[in-house]
Amino acid sequence: MGQITLQGVAKRFGEVEVIPPLDLTIEDGEFVVFVGPSGCGKSTLLRLIAGLEDVSGGRILIDGADATDASPAKRGLAMVFQSYALYPHMSVRKNIAFPMKMAGVPKPEQDRRIEAAARALNLTNYLDRRPGQLSGGQRQRVAIGRAIVREPAAFLFDEPLSNLDAALRVGMRLEISELHNRLKTTMIYVTHDQVEAMTMADKIVVLQAGRIEQVGSPLDLYHRPRNVFVAGFIGSPRMNLFGGAAAAEYGAQTIGVRPEHIRISAEGGKWKGRVGVSEHLGSDSFFYVEGTGLAETVTVRSGGEIALHHGDTVWLTPDEGKIHTFDRNGDRI
Amino acid sequence: MATRQTQGLARLMRAPAIILLFVWMIVPLGMTLYYSFLNYNMLNPGMTSWAGWFNYRYFYTDPAFLESIRNTLVLVGGVLAVTVVGGIFIAMLIDKPIWGQGIVRILVISPFFVMPPVAALIWKNMIMHPSYGVLADVAKFFGAQPVDWFAQYPLTSIILIVAWQWLPFATLILLTSLQSLDTEQMEAAEMDGAPAYARFLYLVLPHMARAITVVILIQTIFLLGIYAEILVTTNGGPGSASTNLTFLIYKAARLNFDIGGAAAGGIIAVVLANIVAIFLMRAVGRNLD
Repeated sequence: MGQITLQGVAKRFGEVEVIPPLDLTIEDGEFVVFVGPSGCGKSTLLRLIAGLEDVSGGRILIDGADATDASPAKRGLAMVFQSYALYPHMSVRKNIAFPMKMAGVPKPEQDRRIEAAARALNLTNYLDRRPGQLSGGQRQRVAIGRAIVREPAAFLFDEPLSNLDAALRVGMRLEISELHNRLKTTMIYVTHDQVEAMTMADKIVVLQAGRIEQVGSPLDLYHRPRNVFVAGFIGSPRMNLFGGAAAAEYGAQTIGVRPEHIRISAEGGKWKGRVGVSEHLGSDSFFYVEGTGLAETVTVRSGGEIALHHGDTVWLTPDEGKIHTFDRNGDRI
Repeated sequence: MATRQTQGLARLMRAPAIILLFVWMIVPLGMTLYYSFLNYNMLNPGMTSWAGWFNYRYFYTDPAFLESIRNTLVLVGGVLAVTVVGGIFIAMLIDKPIWGQGIVRILVISPFFVMPPVAALIWKNMIMHPSYGVLADVAKFFGAQPVDWFAQYPLTSIILIVAWQWLPFATLILLTSLQSLDTEQMEAAEMDGAPAYARFLYLVLPHMARAITVVILIQTIFLLGIYAEILVTTNGGPGSASTNLTFLIYKAARLNFDIGGAAAGGIIAVVLANIVAIFLMRAVGRNLD
């Protein structure tokens, strides 16, 4: 079981309110991702749940029981840190065994769980090495192994992949998703990378300046962003946001069109512009169109085979059904 | 080819410095070795003659010799124990953020700036003195008999004084080591359910192993040669109760004017220091690779 409820949880460092009171429920077995720009309080929120920081107000319930003042060890949560935080002078085996040793798990049971975790994480051949002799990805797996053997109510991940190179990151992303499917344990995952959020989450919590901007499934956030911030943050490349006359035409302060919802053509269309930088990836092409009068550049995503180059005059046509409109406060109309 | 040439050139260029260092080391050692085989007394400096192994036999059979070696080891061991244990303790205390941290740290480090004879005299006359020392006042306040430290516990008193001087050094090195401990590791251990003593035992101590090694090695080098503190407090006594090897050599050279005997003692001290060094490097040196 691992249902976590935050009721009016707030955090202040002296005068500075990092997290204004917020409410959030994380259901048992859910994979929840906290995402937001750096400094938005997502890591602080995770540390509040872990018990590494004390809350300044509100309550934290774990499986219905008040855990607000419980020590980190008593909450039954396991955390994977950004730096992995492995114990450098212990072998991999001892690292994984450490939480069990502290909990007084009998030795045969310890060995059984270590073997199982090592098999699941491909670490069997490395059990007697020290963390310093392992690659980044292997260290990450040891950190996960150390979390698994505790059989926690929930896993907390604090930007676990940000120290890995791009290729490894994709691999570990799949492994963590796979792990979640197998264990069906609640996982809370903090990242600033919206691709990680979109690919892994059951539920995404978008944070800005300590406030929850929107909670929802990845596609929910993609299709119905609640405000301009979420619209701009979710999706890659970023959504194009236009104000002025273009927006007024739709009775809005701001309109947003995703790059994949704009048609680009050399013959004719709604908005005229000039191709700036163009990126041809084979499967896709990205065009950064200038001189439209809408915004400095308009990003357009198109099929791979379009022969348009720097300086070409083009016309852009938005997919009318997929234009997002926002009012004066930035909220969705 | 080019590399070999530059290597040869490099060797040539650094030779003067190495030769200078070698001469600097070997000439005094050679002279000491030479004197140790001479009958050479300052009371009769004209009458030098070849003594063979006599000086060594004489120094070795001195009843104070074995005691002085024992005292040397007890002194070094005692000071190391106090400074390492106390250093870890104080370092952990002043590592915590407190109000006035800068001043507290300077105060902690300040004993290191006091010159050894001055420190010893302060301890002798103002703290440990049986009639007007602070400790005597404290004893009298509680109605107890004041302790005559230098008469009753001469070696312990000197260990205390020297430990006081070296505690700042140990604290400083151990504090820097403590500050380089990854906080995420400590948090991970906290999440893993490790109580404070377990975090200290399994994380802090292993992390500080290297710094502790450095403290032990450097202090040992200096503690083997403790001399001023003994001279101004107990003068090696009562009897030879607080005489270490260095002080025994001093007694031979300056009280008996026996240059040959003192030189022989010096050579024995060098051998002893090397034995201690080899032993130490074996025991704790692997923390340094």
